[in-house]
Amino acid sequence: MPVMNMVQALNQALREEMARDPRVVVLGEDVGRRGGVFLVTEGLIDEFGEMRVIDTPLSEMGIIGVAIGMALYGLRPVAEIQFIDFVYEAFDQIVSNMAKIRYRTGGMYSVPMVLRSPCCGGIRGGMHHSQSPEAYFMHTAGLITVMPSTPYDAKGLLKASIRSNDPVIFLEPKSIYRTIKEEVPDRDYTVPLGKARLVREGNDVTIVTWGAMVYQSLEAAKLVEEKHGWSVEVIDLRTLFPYDKDAIIESLEKTERLVIVHEAPKTAGPGAEIAAYIAENHIELLRGPIARVTGFDTPFPLVHEKLYMPNIARIYMALKKVMQY
Amino acid sequence: MEVLGSRDILNLDRALGLYRVIDEDGNPVAGEPSLPDKLLLDMYTYMIRARILDGWLLKLQRMGRVALHAPNKGQEASAVGATLALKREDWLFPSYRELGALLVRGMTEEEILDRALTTIDDPLKGSDFAIYGHRKYNIVPAPVPVANQIPHAVGAALAAKIMGDKIVTMTFFGDGSTSRGDFHAGLNFAGVFKAPVVFVNQNNQWAISVPLKRQTAAPTIAVKGIAYGVPGIRVDGNDVIAVYTVAREAVERARSGEGPTLIEAVTYRLGPHTTADDPTRYRGEEEVKEWERREPLRRMRRYLISRGLLTEEEDKALWSEWEKRIEETVVKVLEKPPLPPEVILEDVYEEPPWNLKEQMKELRESIRLLKELGIELE
Repeated sequence: MPVMNMVQALNQALREEMARDPRVVVLGEDVGRRGGVFLVTEGLIDEFGEMRVIDTPLSEMGIIGVAIGMALYGLRPVAEIQFIDFVYEAFDQIVSNMAKIRYRTGGMYSVPMVLRSPCCGGIRGGMHHSQSPEAYFMHTAGLITVMPSTPYDAKGLLKASIRSNDPVIFLEPKSIYRTIKEEVPDRDYTVPLGKARLVREGNDVTIVTWGAMVYQSLEAAKLVEEKHGWSVEVIDLRTLFPYDKDAIIESLEKTERLVIVHEAPKTAGPGAEIAAYIAENHIELLRGPIARVTGFDTPFPLVHEKLYMPNIARIYMALKKVMQY
Repeated sequence: MEVLGSRDILNLDRALGLYRVIDEDGNPVAGEPSLPDKLLLDMYTYMIRARILDGWLLKLQRMGRVALHAPNKGQEASAVGATLALKREDWLFPSYRELGALLVRGMTEEEILDRALTTIDDPLKGSDFAIYGHRKYNIVPAPVPVANQIPHAVGAALAAKIMGDKIVTMTFFGDGSTSRGDFHAGLNFAGVFKAPVVFVNQNNQWAISVPLKRQTAAPTIAVKGIAYGVPGIRVDGNDVIAVYTVAREAVERARSGEGPTLIEAVTYRLGPHTTADDPTRYRGEEEVKEWERREPLRRMRRYLISRGLLTEEEDKALWSEWEKRIEETVVKVLEKPPLPPEVILEDVYEEPPWNLKEQMKELRESIRLLKELGIELE
């Protein structure tokens, strides 16, 4: 089986889906000749031509609005937003249309499109190349929100997203685009939307996380195991909405302790939803408080980003708080 | 049916033509304006300073000391020429590729380098990369999402008008920006309210890999102003005298209450979009060579020498003087300490709410713990 990084796995997913289904088109800024600024769409224009791999003018509003129109007509557009930080110009189209067309038309129309975009921090990208805005999308009824953490999942989840009849926001943690490599099957497969992945088994405490924070959580898990003998279970949520509540509950039945780790800011962030759901419905499973380790409630800083993002020390502090309650 | 408003606005000739004072080899074209010698030499000096500083920022990025740089090379004339038409009390809303404009407004190389290297003296305290500005120079630091600043320049101009100040605002943006909603909303508002604003489009032919013909089907960018009731003037953006002349007219027009102007400065980005870009993936060497021949410093130098305002020796001395001064500044700035970690939690609100106070404790505790564990994060 070939070893791939996430960029290569995503590229293969697009290539296979475009070959399999002539309705799949790719559009966005610099996705053609340039192959995307991170090269996720490299070579697609040579294989599928300018009618299916479309370099657009510089307008996120235009890209998403036009992709919605394409999806209404029957195509399966995969629209790239160069950095998710630039998506806000398209917010009206996303919130008022992409998310609501099925409901507004009583199910008569749907928008089977994917908005894929590099997200998150860790590359010294500053405040407009590092954001983790998944909560906005999770909060918007009608959207599915996905974030892979491995090349295998990236390929399988992107293919499942392209085949979904509902619109998908597909967020790609760019700091691990090339750093994580693994064997990825050269054949067609999908990873189901809405299903979490058990990354590490443990008995004492559950970390629910996603994206690049999976790796920070694993480091912290190793550290506390060595230092204190605590056994940490790590769950990669993969689909952020609809999230796999059953996987979290099943884990908590065993560990009875919950820590949520994400890069997005804390206040009204994605962790708040998960913590509230568990507290509302399964408080009896918990031995103590839920802890969140998150980006701080500030814009993403250019300096000291590793201190801003959840790091091994901050996850350790949260695990300690929950374990020693 | 009568067309409302002034017919001058529909002057297509200026929006479709190309105003030029000196040709590509530095020879004056017809109608050379008479400008003071000192101003002509200042134009050239600012461009030299911008070119040298740009080279240093590129080098410092390669050394890992600057996070990212958007090279200016080839575009010095439009930034310098346009801002020289402003008065000190006027306001500037730049984008991220106008080092020359910052220098003209009075920002020093040291302030720019403090920013780029996020030293303890960084006036923007470690905020985003590739953006510059300072309240004391009436330069509002740009947002990195392109075109966002265009409506801001319109709003500030309108505010000045409402408050009765004879202030003009100027904003810079690229060809890619003209596809975004902010550009269209900004021009429309400016036209409707006759805001005293000058829009300077640096049409450098490429928005990363997307060429101008893929950005717009309009014959020029200047022509886009006309539909909003904003006169459009197309100018050779590598001819600093031409840019200055057109900008001065637009600034005077704005100050006298006649409203906004859209200037399209036709130029070329000789370098990559940013230090993270590789232009060989999308454009040919031939084209770049062609534009290198037209670059603004070479032709201004030729012009000044032919006018007897500069000798070869004086030119060499000018370059080496600024090379030395800027290198000394770089050495000085490289020695400065970095910003402390606490800055990342400051300036979110005027006074930090409770959550940020809690998070400050968390930050400090995590720094202590990292030390205790002997872990280096960066």
